[in-house]
Amino acid sequence: MTRAKPEDDEYWNSSKFKAFTFDDEDDEFSQLKESKRAVNSILVDDDDEDEEDVERVSWSGEPVGSISWSVKETASSIRSGSEQSFPKIDTTPSLSKQGSGYSLSSLFKAKSKPGAFQSFSESFSDTSSRTYAPELRKPKSGGKDVVSDLSPEETVRRMQKGRAFSLEKFCSLQDKLLLLDEAVAVYDGNVITAVLIFLKKSLSKEILFRELMARDVALRHYVHYLKEMGEQKLVVELLKALGRTEDMALMHYKEHLNIKDESRRRDFLKSCLSLPFSQDDATHVQDHYTLLERQIIIEASDKKAVAEIFKKFPRKASILNMPIITTLYYSCFYHYGESEGTFSSPSNIRKTFRISEKQYILTALGARAKLKSWFDVDSLFNTKNWLGYTKKRSPIGFHRVVDILHKNSAPVQVLQEYVNLIDDPDLKLSGALKYKCHDIVINTYRDLKDRQQLIVYREKLERDSPEYRKIQELLNNVQIRWKN
Amino acid sequence: MARRDAPGLPDFSLLKRLARDQLIFLLEQLPGKKDLFIDADLMSPLDRIANVTILKQHEVDKLYKVELKPIVSSSDQLCFLIRPRIQTVKWISDLVNSDKVAGRFRRYKIIFTPQKFYACETVLEEQGVYGDVTTDEWNFYILPLDDDILSLELPEFFRDNFLEGDQRWVTTAGSALHLLQSVYGSFSKVYGIGRFAKMVYESWRELMEEGEQRTRQPEFAKVFLIDRDVDFVTPLCSQVVYEGLVDDIFRIKCGSVEFGPNVTSSDKSIKVMLNSQDKVFDEIRNEHFSNVFGFLSQKAKNLQTAYDKRRGMDIQQMKAFVADELKGLKQEHRLLSLHIGASESMMKKKTKQDFQELLKTEHSLLEGFEICECITHIEEHINRQVSMIDSLRLLCLLSITENGILSKDYKSLKAQYLQSYGIEHLLTFANLRQLGLLEEQQAGETLTVMESKVGKLVTDKTVGKLTDAFSSLAKKSNFRALSKRLALVPKSGEEYDLRVPRDMAYVFSGAYIPLSCKLIEQVMERDGWTGLEEVARMLNGQEFAVTGGCSSSEARNKTDAQRIVLVMFLGGCTYSEISALRFLGKERGKIF
Repeated sequence: MTRAKPEDDEYWNSSKFKAFTFDDEDDEFSQLKESKRAVNSILVDDDDEDEEDVERVSWSGEPVGSISWSVKETASSIRSGSEQSFPKIDTTPSLSKQGSGYSLSSLFKAKSKPGAFQSFSESFSDTSSRTYAPELRKPKSGGKDVVSDLSPEETVRRMQKGRAFSLEKFCSLQDKLLLLDEAVAVYDGNVITAVLIFLKKSLSKEILFRELMARDVALRHYVHYLKEMGEQKLVVELLKALGRTEDMALMHYKEHLNIKDESRRRDFLKSCLSLPFSQDDATHVQDHYTLLERQIIIEASDKKAVAEIFKKFPRKASILNMPIITTLYYSCFYHYGESEGTFSSPSNIRKTFRISEKQYILTALGARAKLKSWFDVDSLFNTKNWLGYTKKRSPIGFHRVVDILHKNSAPVQVLQEYVNLIDDPDLKLSGALKYKCHDIVINTYRDLKDRQQLIVYREKLERDSPEYRKIQELLNNVQIRWKN
Repeated sequence: MARRDAPGLPDFSLLKRLARDQLIFLLEQLPGKKDLFIDADLMSPLDRIANVTILKQHEVDKLYKVELKPIVSSSDQLCFLIRPRIQTVKWISDLVNSDKVAGRFRRYKIIFTPQKFYACETVLEEQGVYGDVTTDEWNFYILPLDDDILSLELPEFFRDNFLEGDQRWVTTAGSALHLLQSVYGSFSKVYGIGRFAKMVYESWRELMEEGEQRTRQPEFAKVFLIDRDVDFVTPLCSQVVYEGLVDDIFRIKCGSVEFGPNVTSSDKSIKVMLNSQDKVFDEIRNEHFSNVFGFLSQKAKNLQTAYDKRRGMDIQQMKAFVADELKGLKQEHRLLSLHIGASESMMKKKTKQDFQELLKTEHSLLEGFEICECITHIEEHINRQVSMIDSLRLLCLLSITENGILSKDYKSLKAQYLQSYGIEHLLTFANLRQLGLLEEQQAGETLTVMESKVGKLVTDKTVGKLTDAFSSLAKKSNFRALSKRLALVPKSGEEYDLRVPRDMAYVFSGAYIPLSCKLIEQVMERDGWTGLEEVARMLNGQEFAVTGGCSSSEARNKTDAQRIVLVMFLGGCTYSEISALRFLGKERGKIF
């Protein structure tokens, strides 16, 4: 926790001082500065860091006794020093107002510590964050200050137009919520967020969460704001409090994208396994972890692999963080035929990740065809029936198979075999024509008893080629009863 | 986020001038030499309204891109021109703080555009640099991209608004409308549909009420506001008009596109502005792709003949030719070869990716038949690991047109998708579900839509009020019913001659009329939502039609004659929709 670090305090003050020396408003500023230091000194025994502690002046439950009261005193003296009326955020930017705008708002808003946003969770785990600012406002809401006396409606209007305003007088929970609802009612996301920032600082998160639960629009703004601020932990907490566990799990899981180192990423994924994902997603996350684990092992051994195949086809990229199918392709390419026991074998990957037969064949086919290993291609489709005959079967249409083979420039003989296996006669013929499998074309026309087409096709062939002669023979065959 | 209107049109360069003047004014607020840091995605828009010389004139010394890295600048004054993003502001704060530590003194100024957010200022404050850094707003809302297109150029708009539910851009859009109104006069009538459209209108009205009434002759007659999520179907379809294709393949950014070496047939890529100044492009941008080739080759022939005229000319004629025509011809020549190159590489890409099959699947999904085949095709698409985005697009289209994917199919498709493209896309699926783009059908949800809605309420009670509220944002699509009612999908079987388009369906090869555009057409025709109540209900309501601020009947008559309609898509629109609207504009003798 941020307890008791007076050095910080001092550092902060001094650095800030330096930064401000150039300010035109030196006088006013130093005046403020002094009062500020006074404020800090009051707080020192109780709390530690300048602003941070200011926020925590009053502990939850405890009556806000003398300390905050004296702060009040100090603050009002500051106020009388500067004419500026406590703008929460100075919205009319001009140099002259900066000094006061800065110091005052930082005084009450409690967040100027460099890197405060990183330690937000800490500051939040200090659950007692009833703020001091509202307390402070009470005495002065006597009526003189125009800006801080405005109704929620008027305040929101002012905020919309970027005029000076003050949120400090909204101390009761009811007032705060009225303000929030008003902001939501005018559809101005900018103002909604501004109010939420104020609420974040002035309400304990339990209360804030509870109220947000019934206010969807505001809630979404809040979640978005926290996300943008990089306050993932708080978002996760919020989602948890809201009972949206799945979203929370996903949110947490998302973090892995920011982890570059693969073994740390792996460990992180492992920690995700216990999160309350939906049933399906849990399986996927489990897969993700297993996959990365495998990839790390494969990568380590393949990096120094010396097998023939690695020399012939050097790896272009590492396999880390590749999708499952790419990994499968990789293993079909480099680790084909390994026994199922090894992690890198295609069959192992297929089994581990429950890859469908169709998908498997498609991937293996691509990889083996790329290597021009036609024998492997053949065996992919071979199935033995109970009589011991081998037969070719494929879960993907054979026209697709032919397509893939052709793309990998398979020789005509290979193509021919697969074109022949295409079920649909039209597709078969068009495939044969496309890939110049003459025999098939000729046989198909013969079976169709289409003499005219045969004659046309003959003209496309070279004279005296075997195919040409085959057509010749067919045409001369008197036993065929041509339909045309 | 894009918006459009049309020819004959108010002079939008006025908007550019306004923006430029304001920027200059802001720059002068920080007198003396300064270095300017610009957000990457502001560079192109900035290019459109100012150039380096203008910036230099106002004592900008060096220009940098914001890269969120430590900077090397020796200047004592740093000016940042950025979008109001927390990340960027944090980076600037770090910069200031590290300067402080190093004992370095500089002046810093941040110019937020189009507006600043309290959240950003809070960051400055939290980082202890508020006051060290001065901030300003550059109200650069609208960038005219073309004679008839205006854009807010806010890439976050969609995500922030529809996914995160953050309404911070609502006022921006409202102010943009207000700006248009104050420059070009009030609108006589405002129509809109969608939750955000309504909000934008409200915010705009608010501004209107406090601003003084203009007596200017209005230049826009009507405004139509439409939420992107009213029609998700259209942007999910592959575009087939030329401009849309260029966008799908090369990405048109801020009205200009970068053609790679394979298009320019040289070794470097070039950036081209695509707008109506490009005569060749202007003629083909709205054409169906199948017509473009014919047109280009015809053009090429004409060009050849024009060049050929040189032969057999005497000196005098030659001189005239060179003086009058040659430059134009050369220019045309250059453009022509560029667009031919682009078409060629599009052809190549599109045939390789089994574009025909893709289109076929899309069309059957739109028509709603052979869904099983479609699913198989999508599966295969995924299995082969071809284009990740296309697969996703098809999945979403399936989900929307079918009112969610059957649970069994959803599970298997999702699993296969994750296997093919990486498991981290789990997050993508979660996001899409939130948007209502890709959903799993509730078990046993074969009831009619109304019934299922009631049923949903009952089951959701257990889950809690909150989740319900959350999911209510993601709306049911009812696409089928809408499509029937509005006749979006022309009867199949009829020949559709793409050369002589009958209706807006031509932008999708005659297979589908963009829902958004059809809505606009219908509402304009009826001058309101009367008769479209049921349609509006199916789109989750929130429709409105209001007679605008200028109520004198005389003014309205005049505007009716003028008939310029401003259509504003909240969350972006596609080039196909623009083309369709241009077509509609021609057809009805109206100017959009």
